[in-house]
Amino acid sequence: MTNSLNIEQNLAILDRMLLIRRFEEMLIDLDQDHDFGHYHLYIGEEATGATVVESLIPTDLLLTTWRNHGHLLARGTNPGRMVAEILGRVDGYNKGRGGTLHLTDREAGFLSTSGLVGGAVGLAAGAGFALKQAGEGNICVVFFGDGSLEEGVVFEAMNLASLWSLPVLFMCENNNSGAISAQEGGFPSSEIAASQISDIPKSLNINSKLVDGADVAAVHTVVTEAVSNIRSGNGPVFVEAYSERWPGSRPLWPEQATGVTQVASAWDESLLTGEHKEWIIEFDPLIRFIRNQLAEGLFSKDELFDRDRKIQTQITEARAFGEASALPDPQSALDGVFAA
Amino acid sequence: MTKISYAQALVDGMRESMEEDKTISLVGTNVLGLGPQRPLIEKVRDDFPDRVFDPPCSEAGLASLGIGAAMAGARPIIDFGVGSFSLLAWCQLVAEAGVAHHMSGGQIKVPMVFTMLHGLRGGGGGQHSHSPQAMLWNNPGIEIVVPSTPKDVKGLFKAAVKSNNPTAIISHSRLLGVEGEVPEEDYFIELGIGDIKRPGKDISLIASSRSVITALEAAEILSGDGIEAEIVDLRTLSPLDKNIIIESVTKTGRAIVIDETNESCGVAAEISAIISEDAFSSLKSPIKRISRPNVPVPASPLLEECLDITAEKIVTAARELLES
Repeated sequence: MTNSLNIEQNLAILDRMLLIRRFEEMLIDLDQDHDFGHYHLYIGEEATGATVVESLIPTDLLLTTWRNHGHLLARGTNPGRMVAEILGRVDGYNKGRGGTLHLTDREAGFLSTSGLVGGAVGLAAGAGFALKQAGEGNICVVFFGDGSLEEGVVFEAMNLASLWSLPVLFMCENNNSGAISAQEGGFPSSEIAASQISDIPKSLNINSKLVDGADVAAVHTVVTEAVSNIRSGNGPVFVEAYSERWPGSRPLWPEQATGVTQVASAWDESLLTGEHKEWIIEFDPLIRFIRNQLAEGLFSKDELFDRDRKIQTQITEARAFGEASALPDPQSALDGVFAA
Repeated sequence: MTKISYAQALVDGMRESMEEDKTISLVGTNVLGLGPQRPLIEKVRDDFPDRVFDPPCSEAGLASLGIGAAMAGARPIIDFGVGSFSLLAWCQLVAEAGVAHHMSGGQIKVPMVFTMLHGLRGGGGGQHSHSPQAMLWNNPGIEIVVPSTPKDVKGLFKAAVKSNNPTAIISHSRLLGVEGEVPEEDYFIELGIGDIKRPGKDISLIASSRSVITALEAAEILSGDGIEAEIVDLRTLSPLDKNIIIESVTKTGRAIVIDETNESCGVAAEISAIISEDAFSSLKSPIKRISRPNVPVPASPLLEECLDITAEKIVTAARELLES
C-alpha cells in the first residue's frame, strides 16, 4: 500500500518498533534472572501499536490488555519504570501491584489495564461514554486480541457503543494465524465460529475494517480514517489487524525462537538460519518495514544501525534502572485500597 | 422536617446531586423497581433529559461502561434494578471496579455509584430476591451503603456520589414506600458512621437496611416486657463503624445481629466475629444471628414468608438470651 506517512512519521514509527522489539527481547533475558511470572510479548505485532498512536492526540484515552508493553512504549511510557513494575519494585508505574499484566500509565492516557479477557473492551465503552459527554472531541482506543471476541461482555460493549454512537476505536489485534491449535497440544489464540472476526461487529452496525497488521502504511491509512470518523461523532469503528503469530509466542512461556533480531537481515537473508527463517522474511513487521523503507530511501543502513544502537543503549539503561529500584515495604500491600 | 417516602428521598438525593455536578448521569431507570413508586424517577428524566439513559439489558456491559466512564473522569450512576441482576456484572464489580485503584498504584480512580434493590419482595423467587451485600463485602475496594430510612438514604446518596470510590447503594424493595422525617436543609451523611436508632441498656439489636425497621418493631414489643433494646443501624458495611457496635455491646452485654443476607458468610456472621474478637469479655450470653436461611427464595407467598425476618423471631431470640 502507498505510504501516506511523511519521513518524520516513518522514522518515529521505526524508532517505536525498534524500542518495542529490543524491550521485549530484553525481557526474555530478564526473566531468566528474575522469574517474574507469566508474561506476554508484543513481538510480531509492533507495526500495529507503533502506527496507531501516530493518529492519536495527547488527550485521547487508551486501554490495553496483558499484552500491553508495546502499546505503552509506543505512547512514550518510560521503559525503566516499566521494568521496575514488571520486577515489582517501588519505581514501577503501579508501585509493584500490577506487574506485567496490569502495567498502566495514566499520564500517557491509559486507564486500568485489565487482565480479564474482554475486560478492557467493556471499559472502553465507558471511556467513550465519558468522552462523548465531555464533548471535547477526544476518543478512546482499546487494543485487544482475537480471544476477547469469545467473551460476552465484548458483545455488550460493542452494542452499547453502537447504540449510543460512542467515540471508541475497537482495535482488534488478531494474532491467531499461526497459533498452534489445541489438537496439537498447544494454545489456540481463539476459537470463534465466525469465519472473519471483522464480520461480527458489522451485525451491530459498527463500521468494520480488515487490515494487515504488519503493514505500517496500511494500518496508518485505515486507522487515520477511522479516527477521523470517530472524532467527527460518527460512532465507533472496529479494525481487525491480523498478523502471523510470532513463533516465540506459540508456547505457554515466550521463547527466543527467532533469535535476537538483526536489522541487517532485512537485506541479508544469509544471516537467517533455523526453522523460523520464513516467518522473519515474510511476516516480521520490523524487518518488512525496514526492507520497504530502505527501498524507498528513507534512511541509510548506517542511520538504521545508529538508531538501533541508541535504542539498545536505552534498553540496557532501562533494565539497569528497574533492577536497581528498591523492593517495596511489604506492609505497603495494605495501602491504597480506597482513593482519598 | 418534612415527611416523605424512602423512594422520594432517594430521588431527591439523586436530583440534588445531579444539579450540583454535571458529570453525573443515570444509566438505567429501574431504581425504584416496578411498583407504585416507579413514576417518581420520571422527575429525574424531566430535569436532566440528556443525562438519563434507558439501556439494553447488559449488566456486565453497563457496569463496565460505568467503571470506564468513572476512570475517564465522569461520575456515573449505574442502576441494576434488581440486586440479583448485579450477579451478571460480578466480574466487573469485583475484579475491575474494586481493584483498579490499588492495582494501578493509585493512578486510577473509580468514582461511581451502583444502585440496586435487594431482599424479599413478594414473589421474587429464586432469581429476583438476592441480597448481594455480603458477597460484595467479601471483596475489597467497594463501598457498600445499606440505608434504612428516608433521611439516611438521601444523606448517604449525596455522600456516595461525592466519594472517589465505587459505591453500591443497596436499597430494600419493601422500604421504598416507608415514610420518615427528612431535614429541609441541605445535608449529607458521611459513609462509615453508624446510627443508634433507639437507645437501650439490656440488649443490642444490630441491623441494617429493612432489618432495622423490623428490629424497631421488636424493640417496641420488648419494651412492653420491660426489656430496653438498643438498635444499632450500621448504615454502611464498607466502611464499617466498628466502634458503634463495640460500644453498644460493651454497654448491654448481649447482642443479636439481624440481617437479610444468607446465614453462611453473611453480614451477621461478620459482625458476630467482630464482636467476638473485640468485645468478648463484655458478653453475658452467646451472640445470636437472625439471617436468611441457606435456601433459595421460593416464589409461593407462604414459603417466602417462612424465610422472612420478623419482629416475632427477634423478640423470641431476645427473650431466650435474657433468660439464659
